[in-house]
Amino acid sequence: MDEQIYQRDQAASDSSSRTQFWEGFAKGLPIMVASAPFGLLFGALAIDNGFSVGEAVLMSATIFGGASQMVGIELFGHNVPAWLIVFSIFAVNFRHVLYSAAVGRRIGHFKPMQSMLSYFLLTDPQYAETEKRAESGRPVTFIWYLGVATPIYVMWVLEAWIGGLFGNLISDPHAFGIDMLLPIYFLGLVMGFRKRDNWGPIVIASGVASIIAYKTIGSPWHVSIGALAGIFVAVIVAKPKPAQEKR
Amino acid sequence: MSSIFWITIAGAVLTFLTRIGGHLVLSRFERIHPRVEVALNAVPAAVLTTLVAPAAATADWRGLVALAFAGVISLRFNALTMFLAGAAMIILLRQFS
Repeated sequence: MDEQIYQRDQAASDSSSRTQFWEGFAKGLPIMVASAPFGLLFGALAIDNGFSVGEAVLMSATIFGGASQMVGIELFGHNVPAWLIVFSIFAVNFRHVLYSAAVGRRIGHFKPMQSMLSYFLLTDPQYAETEKRAESGRPVTFIWYLGVATPIYVMWVLEAWIGGLFGNLISDPHAFGIDMLLPIYFLGLVMGFRKRDNWGPIVIASGVASIIAYKTIGSPWHVSIGALAGIFVAVIVAKPKPAQEKR
Repeated sequence: MSSIFWITIAGAVLTFLTRIGGHLVLSRFERIHPRVEVALNAVPAAVLTTLVAPAAATADWRGLVALAFAGVISLRFNALTMFLAGAAMIILLRQFS
C-alpha cells in the first residue's frame, strides 16, 4: 500500500518513476544471472542435506543470503545443534551490519515501511549498486532500489524450487562431486576478500585452527574456534592507524 | 513444525537484524574503534576459511586437485568462472580416474 502511495507521489512530481524502475532492473539482471547457479545449487544441496523442497524455498525467501544459506544446510547435514546453525547464519551475515550502517546515508529518505523492505533486500550486490548509483550523483529512489532487487529476489526463490526438484534426481552425489562443491564455493568467497588487510595471516590462522579443532574437538566447533583464531590474529597484527575516521 | 522450519525463521530474523541493525546502532556512534573495525573486517575470511580448510584436509586427492585448480582460477577470473571450473574438474576426476 505504501508503495502505491509512493508511486502516485512520484508520478505527480517525477514522471520517470517507471524509467527508474527499469534502470534498476537493468542493474539487477546481471546479478540475477551470476547468482543463478548458486541459487540452483542451494536448492539441490539443501535436498542432499535433508531439506524438503518447501523448506529450501522457505529458506531462500526469508533469509535471502547465499553464503549463509549454504552454511546453514552444510551444518544441518552434519547434525550440528540448532542454536549453532542459527548463530553461524548470523555470523556469516554479520558483514551486513557494515553495509547497513553505510547505506543508511543513501536511503535515509525512504518511508519507514519502504526502509524495512529495503533493509530486508540489502544483499552484497544490492549494496554495491546503491553505492555506485549514489556516487554517480543520480537519485537513489525506492522505485529504483526495488527495480534492482526484484529480478534478484524473484529468481533466487524460484531457483531454490527448481534446484530442489533436480536435487531429488541426483542418485549418486559422490560421483558428481557434490561433497566438494560447497568447499569450492566457499574458497571462491574467501579468495574474493584477498585484497583486505592481513588476509593471508587471517586465512592461515583460521585454516590451521579449524583443521586442528576438527580433528581433535570435532565438528561443529571447528567453525567457531577457527573463526575466533582468524579474528584474533587480525586484531593482533593490525597496524594501529593514527586517528582513523569512521568512513 | 520441523527443526528446519525454526532454524530458518530464527536465521531469517537474525539476518534481518544484521541488515537493519548496522544503520540503527552504528549510526549512533561518531566513530568505530579501529580494533573493532579490524575485527569486523576479518569476520568473512575468518569464518569462511573454516568451511574450506577441514574439507580440504579430509578430501581425497581428486577433491584437493579440484580445490587447488579452482584457487588458481580465482586469481584471474570471477567467482562464477572459478566455481564452474572447480566443479568441472571434480566431476571429470570422479568420473574418469
